[in-house]
Amino acid sequence: MTASEHVLGLGWDDVSAVEERDGMPTLQVAPQRLRELLEILKRDLGFEVAILVTAVDHSPKAPRFELVQQFLSIQNNERLRLRCPLEGDNPSAPSCIDLWPGAAYMERECWDMFGIQFDGHKNLRRLLMPEAYGHHPLRKEFPHQGIEPDRLYREWERSRIERAAEREGQEGVNS
Amino acid sequence: MGSLKEITTTDDESGFMATQVNELMNWGRKNSLWPMPLGLSCCGIELMAMIGPKFDIARFGAEAARFSPRQCDVMIVAGTLTWKMAEAARTIYDQMPDPKWVIAMGVCSSSGGMYDSYAVVQGVDSILPVDIYVPGCPPRPDALIDAIMKLQRKIERENPLKRVLEGPTELDESGTGIFAKAPNMEVKTKRYGTYMGDSGMKDDHSTARAKEES
Ligand code: SF4
Repeated sequence: MTASEHVLGLGWDDVSAVEERDGMPTLQVAPQRLRELLEILKRDLGFEVAILVTAVDHSPKAPRFELVQQFLSIQNNERLRLRCPLEGDNPSAPSCIDLWPGAAYMERECWDMFGIQFDGHKNLRRLLMPEAYGHHPLRKEFPHQGIEPDRLYREWERSRIERAAEREGQEGVNS
Repeated sequence: MGSLKEITTTDDESGFMATQVNELMNWGRKNSLWPMPLGLSCCGIELMAMIGPKFDIARFGAEAARFSPRQCDVMIVAGTLTWKMAEAARTIYDQMPDPKWVIAMGVCSSSGGMYDSYAVVQGVDSILPVDIYVPGCPPRPDALIDAIMKLQRKIERENPLKRVLEGPTELDESGTGIFAKAPNMEVKTKRYGTYMGDSGMKDDHSTARAKEES
């Protein structure tokens, strides 16, 4: 019995199979059921590796975001993809880093690029963009040339100039 | 050195030379350029090839790449500069002792290149005063050697003595403090005139143009 058949056999009405063009077994799962399903995948079905945690922005459709997670079971030579629609502009989803620690960076990237919060992630900082950046670049409304991409650099530069001017003034007093 | 004249005394073999201080300083500077290899991505590989034995930049006195900015004269920005890295690049530039020059190697550092994106600095000249732009993706090592030679010709025309006598005049807007007013600061405004043409550089094109005009 494959993993997706096992999950579907549990009889949950918020988990359903989705046909995928690339042939990977895929389950659509509601966010409130996601955490339970992840635990089953890790504990009972032998999925050792979290291959991918990412998201899709379906704007302007609702629900806007869709969390996509892919898992690999080496012992059963099996792969599984989960898709989880998330409501709202600033959604959150359960973290899976206690089950698969390797997913920590992918969740950080997902937060950085899409602005999806992961509940239970201990260190949910941005991965690629500077911490104070304030935008999430892979969202649909984000222009590809960015919103003030040099803002943080210019702020840093200005603070340097001020410090240098201060130093100059102090040296003048001392000498 | 064009204006160098050898004057030999008649009674013994030891001689002396007469030259100008500017000529001597420029001659020393241009033949001992120590590059700061800021290899940020693919262009860095060509930079390494240039320094290696096959292209051998030692012929032009610029083989001593140092990884401490305190020892460097010319910063070669080889690769894609991101805004996150820009602060580091500017800090390295500020830490280099005067006199200092900058070569923007490759289209990425010259103009952002194909990365027309939120993450990449669209030309390092928006944060650094660039002296020479090297086109190419990546430029061949010979193109970079050509840039070094162009830079040498540029250094020949500088007037270091004037700066020594007059001293640093004002705090430059970059906030680097003393010696902040680099001689090449004006390059920023003349950005398209520096590689060839109107900067007074006698390359083949400008001589040909002068011939046509006359
Ligand atoms: S100019 Fe081309 S080779 Fe150089 S860093 Fe950019 S992409 Fe790489």
